[in-house]
Amino acid sequence: MNTAAAPAARRRMNVSEASVPTLARGAKLRFDESRQRWVLLVPERVMAPDDIAVEILQMCDGARAVAVIIDLLVEKYAAPREEIAADVIAMLQDLAESGFLVEAKS
Amino acid sequence: MSPSITHSSPVLADPRDGVAILEGNRTVAEQYGIPLAVLLEMTHRCPLQCGYCSNPVEMERASNELTTDEWKKVLTELAEIGVLQVHFSGGEPTVRKDLVELVQHASDVGLYSNLITSAVLLSKEKLEALADAGLSHIQISFQASDPVLANRIGGFRNGHARKLEAAGWAREVGLPLTVNAVMHRQNMHQLPEIIDMAVAMDADRIEVANVQYYGWALKNRASLMPSIEQIDEMTKVVEEAEARLKGILAIDFVIPDYYATRPKKCMGGWGRQFFNITPAGKILPCHAAETITDLNFESVRSNHSIAWIWQNSDAFNKYRGTGWMPEPCRSCAFKEQDYGGCRCQAFALTGSAGNTDPACSFSPLHDKIFKIAETEAAEGTNRYIYRNFAGGTLEPEENAHDA
Repeated sequence: MNTAAAPAARRRMNVSEASVPTLARGAKLRFDESRQRWVLLVPERVMAPDDIAVEILQMCDGARAVAVIIDLLVEKYAAPREEIAADVIAMLQDLAESGFLVEAKS
Repeated sequence: MSPSITHSSPVLADPRDGVAILEGNRTVAEQYGIPLAVLLEMTHRCPLQCGYCSNPVEMERASNELTTDEWKKVLTELAEIGVLQVHFSGGEPTVRKDLVELVQHASDVGLYSNLITSAVLLSKEKLEALADAGLSHIQISFQASDPVLANRIGGFRNGHARKLEAAGWAREVGLPLTVNAVMHRQNMHQLPEIIDMAVAMDADRIEVANVQYYGWALKNRASLMPSIEQIDEMTKVVEEAEARLKGILAIDFVIPDYYATRPKKCMGGWGRQFFNITPAGKILPCHAAETITDLNFESVRSNHSIAWIWQNSDAFNKYRGTGWMPEPCRSCAFKEQDYGGCRCQAFALTGSAGNTDPACSFSPLHDKIFKIAETEAAEGTNRYIYRNFAGGTLEPEENAHDA
């Protein structure tokens, strides 16, 4: 059957430096007071992003482009831009494929 | 940047996470962290009559259900003690007239909420109200892809069409959607179409869950048990779909354990990372735990707090950790991996919840269970015993031939 392709195209977000990502409706980044750490709440699951993942997710505010996020991280962490860019894009692509990250509507 | 920072790992599966274990030498002096998520069974009432339901055969009457204020108090308390997510479930949670109010209350106290529903009672207005109240996700059950079979399994006329309609509305109002497909002998052949259906309705996720045999499902085991060949075929279908639909539809697969050699790590281990609250307010280590008739479960209506009951009640401590285990579990290398399997299944099949789960090949009863499964798969009746408050109704013989 080939009913498959059409509707789910929304989740085929291809993360690039030009993307402007934001958390999807079902994904909520929240500080968990009782465990003293950040969590990403998603349908029927709780994810534990580490510190840098949290920093990146906080910058996915629907206004900043991925390129801007990368530039900010390059300023802060002494690592080559290509390396940081590859890591950030891979992480965001992963989240997009899980349906937790979407392209902000312009 | 190390590769590890680029991944968010699920913590739900890690029992050590946020958990301080003070395990004594074969004692139950253990302290467990509050679970991240809690299942709320709002009611046992349900318009559907699926024979695979894991609710207890003795169902709670509406008059005994927690009131709106009692549920609100529960939600507030859960948020205060560190629970992050709640699943509004049942029975059918939408039969409760106060559902929107309770979802709103969950949002107000900071809980992430999931709705686990048959969807046959939902209107677009109701879904909009739920979304406005802060509902974060909806899970809709489907019984098959073909409406005739689906409606026969659910024992509800035109249910399938209503579900499809409700799924469309859920997506229109922007709710993330999970399709829940409980699989058994009489619908497994439709799995490829069920997966296609989930993609076509723009679901984010599908749970392909084999029946777990407790409560009503145990009563209906002969009409549900698949053959080993069906299980193999099903696994192939799932694996193929996972590869093809990566990034489109996430697939969670719950395997059946009657044909397994290692038992499932049920609930992540008894009292380790999960509890649920029944319609009347009892706090259970597993939604099927009331099938274990010799345990007493404390209620939110008692004088104890939820946290106290989780930490200290006898029912939770009885099978926590490994100190309670008999042989062959006690000396088993896998005892901290599966915690002896499922207590409810041990009770149902051996008469004692303290025995090794017979799904385990080390159980003396394993071969017998395997044979029962094979025999029922080959010779069992197709007639369902429909779930209802009357104690069950046997399906008319002429209908059961539709499979």
